[in-house]
Amino acid sequence: MARRLAPEVNAGSMADIAFLLLIFFLVSTTIETDYGISKRLPPPPEDLQTNILIKEKNLFRVELNQLNQLFVEKKPLALKELKTAAIAFLDNGGGVEKEYCNYCKGARDPKSSDNPDKAVISLVNSRETNYETYIAVQNELISAYEELRDRDALRIYGMSFKLMKAYLKDGSYSGNKELLKDQIKQIRLMYPEKLSEAEPVTAAL
Amino acid sequence: MSIFKNKQKATLPVISTASLPDIVFMLLFFFMVATVMRKDTLIVKNELPYADQIEKLDKKNMVIHIYAGKPSSRYKNVGTEARVQLNDKFADIREIKPFVLEEMKSKPKELRPYLTTALKVDKNTKMGLVGDIKNELRSVRMLKINYTTRSGDAIKNLE
Repeated sequence: MARRLAPEVNAGSMADIAFLLLIFFLVSTTIETDYGISKRLPPPPEDLQTNILIKEKNLFRVELNQLNQLFVEKKPLALKELKTAAIAFLDNGGGVEKEYCNYCKGARDPKSSDNPDKAVISLVNSRETNYETYIAVQNELISAYEELRDRDALRIYGMSFKLMKAYLKDGSYSGNKELLKDQIKQIRLMYPEKLSEAEPVTAAL
Repeated sequence: MSIFKNKQKATLPVISTASLPDIVFMLLFFFMVATVMRKDTLIVKNELPYADQIEKLDKKNMVIHIYAGKPSSRYKNVGTEARVQLNDKFADIREIKPFVLEEMKSKPKELRPYLTTALKVDKNTKMGLVGDIKNELRSVRMLKINYTTRSGDAIKNLE
């Protein structure tokens, strides 16, 4: 018996179908750009303790007025200099005895912050401030914290804070993740992000 | 005559297009994998500011999006004042609370603390509106937020 050959299927139109789908996906694609500054909002006003007193010297006032001008401690400042000013304030370590900061490398000015744990940055903006400027200021302040964290992570654990965070997210990281988590927590404790956006209550000192 | 005919046949070799579907399929799969369908159609201007201290928003299904900005050119009839967009509609500030609560309800209880709100705000919006949105979020205890930005030097914002 002669073997019957399977009839050949004409695949010429397959390309057309594939093209159609391809064009559909090409048009509907938005390569997603979901990156951003993560923040934690303070709890609602009724939950807040109102009688926290902050010494004036531990407070770093950053203000943005309706003309998008930046004022730090009531003096105008260029955005480029904000990071250096914030680092100088956070890293000052002017405290003595109980409040002494042994890892600070700042000027130890008794008129500036005691230690990074006590130092609070207060950001006040006007309703007319542009969102763009606000984000730029937020970004600079966060980068000040990150730089200090980087410095001490490098000193204590031999790798930058950024790298530590990247390793924590990396599934193929071979080291001890629990240990890494603890170390990150430790660094965060050394430089806690105390960025207040509410109207701060200050002690009359 | 017959000689002429033969000659013409020889000059037209058939190009095989059999591998064309393979190439197209390869491209197709790439785009299928890379595609993220946009959930909301933007009806506000949404040019994001620049920042470089940014984190990736990992879990796409655990993100609530709130857009704000001036109405885009097709919606001039709404006015030129910056507005909030929830889902596909313009919304009032007061509608944020029920919207966020509804989104929270749709997620399993154990995952709710991990929900993040992404604020996709146009760079030319005034902070008053953003502050109002933040206050609304605070009052429903939706405290994890993310200011969605483009990646770049923050100094570029001031140019």
